[in-house]
Amino acid sequence: MAETTGPQELRYDAVDSLVGLAATLRAMGVAASAERVQAATSAMAALDPGRRADVYWAGRLTLCGSADDLARYDTAFEAYFGDRPGSVVRRQQVRRRQLQLVADPAGDPGGDGGEELPRESVTAAASSVEQLRHRDVSTLTAAEREELRRLLARLSLPGERRTSRRLRPAHRGHVDGGRTLRAWLSAGGEPARLRHRAPVSRPRRVVLLVDVSGSMEGYADALLRFAHAASRPGGRARGRDTTEVFALGTRLTRVTREMALRDPDTAMAAVAEALVDAGGGTRLGELLKQFLDAWGQRGTARGAVVVILSDGWERGDAALLGEQVARLQRLAHRVVWSNPRKAAPGYAPLAAGMAAALPHVDDFVEGHSLGALEHLADVVLGRVVSRA
Amino acid sequence: MLAAAGYFADEGVATAAYLALSLPRPLFLEGEAGVGKTSLAAALARVVGADLLRLQCYEGIDASQALYDWDFPRQLLHLRAAESAGTAAGPADAERLESEVYSRRFLLARPLLAALETTPAVLLVDEVDRADDEFEAFLLEVLSDYTVTVPELGTIRAEVPPIVVVTSNRTREVHDALKRRCLYHWVEHPEFDREVAIVRQRVPEASAALAEQVARAVAVLRGEGLLKPPGVAESIDWTQALVALGAERLDAATATATLGAVLKYREDQQHAKRLDVQQMITTAVLGG
Repeated sequence: MAETTGPQELRYDAVDSLVGLAATLRAMGVAASAERVQAATSAMAALDPGRRADVYWAGRLTLCGSADDLARYDTAFEAYFGDRPGSVVRRQQVRRRQLQLVADPAGDPGGDGGEELPRESVTAAASSVEQLRHRDVSTLTAAEREELRRLLARLSLPGERRTSRRLRPAHRGHVDGGRTLRAWLSAGGEPARLRHRAPVSRPRRVVLLVDVSGSMEGYADALLRFAHAASRPGGRARGRDTTEVFALGTRLTRVTREMALRDPDTAMAAVAEALVDAGGGTRLGELLKQFLDAWGQRGTARGAVVVILSDGWERGDAALLGEQVARLQRLAHRVVWSNPRKAAPGYAPLAAGMAAALPHVDDFVEGHSLGALEHLADVVLGRVVSRA
Repeated sequence: MLAAAGYFADEGVATAAYLALSLPRPLFLEGEAGVGKTSLAAALARVVGADLLRLQCYEGIDASQALYDWDFPRQLLHLRAAESAGTAAGPADAERLESEVYSRRFLLARPLLAALETTPAVLLVDEVDRADDEFEAFLLEVLSDYTVTVPELGTIRAEVPPIVVVTSNRTREVHDALKRRCLYHWVEHPEFDREVAIVRQRVPEASAALAEQVARAVAVLRGEGLLKPPGVAESIDWTQALVALGAERLDAATATATLGAVLKYREDQQHAKRLDVQQMITTAVLGG
């Protein structure tokens, strides 16, 4: 390793190439800020800029900020310091397109910056919010869907409350030494009333697992928008954990970061970008196992309210799905399964996957309409109980 | 450098540690449980001959447990003593009394403050992902300018900034503002030779053959998609268990008996048994 520190003054081209590498990384979606570049430069100065491995580690240790960044860093490094030195990877155009998971081909309102909606149809849709609330989202027209999106954006999804270990001033509870001392001090040392503090309650973390496979085509857009509204920070539940959102397609994709974009349409475009695989078949059990291995067991699902938004249509082994849902239930505070097909008349959980999962689900609710999603929000909050 | 302190580092860890010492910049380590994140901090402390101050994070940890706390019982006693001595009469006395009560001798230094006041020091902030956002905010203040502000007392500044190691199991994403100030490293499981070296160094009683077999068997287990793949810590535990049983080599009977040292889930143990421990060991003995 670089026990022999190079000259403190860096050669111009070393700094230059780090800046170029950082630009490449930014184009690939790694937040390599100016501050990080500065750190990379000082790291280079402490190492040997002439050695490829030292350049690699200096950049990786300073420019990356999470495990997700590492693969992208390797690609960028290869592109930048590989056989074509100095070539910058083309910046990908961020496509402002809508997530095209909706079956109806006419329902593509964002293709070129939003199509003009016929005025009368907007009015008609707005006047029948109550009717819209109970309509199955997969059967809506373009205008109705537009209205639904507006309504979805207003939802929020705080978790059930639990007692936190954080304390705040209260009338009863533990004695608050600091405030008691101040009270006594201001009384000139005279013993005054004891002050107290007590634990506060906080909402539990909510984890959303959204099925975006082919069988969920008509619902995926609405459910992802619901997830976006749910992961919006602030609102009435201040100081809560971020809602984690994962998409289950042919692969497991964590979309929490994309969901953090404030504007729903921008966020959906970013999610569409991240989901290269929407619409394929799903092996739910396998994906759930991946989620639990990589995230859930480490703590993401621990004590959380986990909501699975899926029709339970399992292409793989149903037994594996049952096993994994059981494992999830042991980790999570509550497992809620929201199934858009449940509302269909005469529905019975006959899909093998759904039947295998059901014994390990705490709440089994509908998920086909706005009203059903509002009800789901109440279930997550613990206001309504609908046992599976 | 780290090898002298009993830590076998790969190039990434070594470079990270070197930069953490020479820049100096806090080191943010992520990785599976049991890959040696915490022991790297201990090794760094041994290398530079510094005290290791460890702060274990948990949900709800606050300033009074991480930064400083006032020693309220003693403050109250002091107040009562002053009052009964009759020195707490006029307004001038009240002011004097207040500055007495809020003086450094009644301040209890918790790990973050203690790290600033100790020179040299290695500060280990363990499992920062278990703490909440509020904690990250004051950790940020400490890490950005190595000062702690006590409202009643003023700002306490570190003469020499401590070496800081922050570890996370990645149960949630730690805030970017905190990560930006750190060197980021993802710690991998060690490769075979390094793992053997680590096991032999930590369990000197184990024979070379036993250490190698354990490392091979653990490598096989890691590839089996278990709920909790064993880390280096488990390899060491397993070797210790085998040594305690007087085993010279790994065989089916002792391996099955000591499986609890490596696999901590019932499902994983069943899976390993289905895998046929004998088969696994044959692979291990034959050299994979």
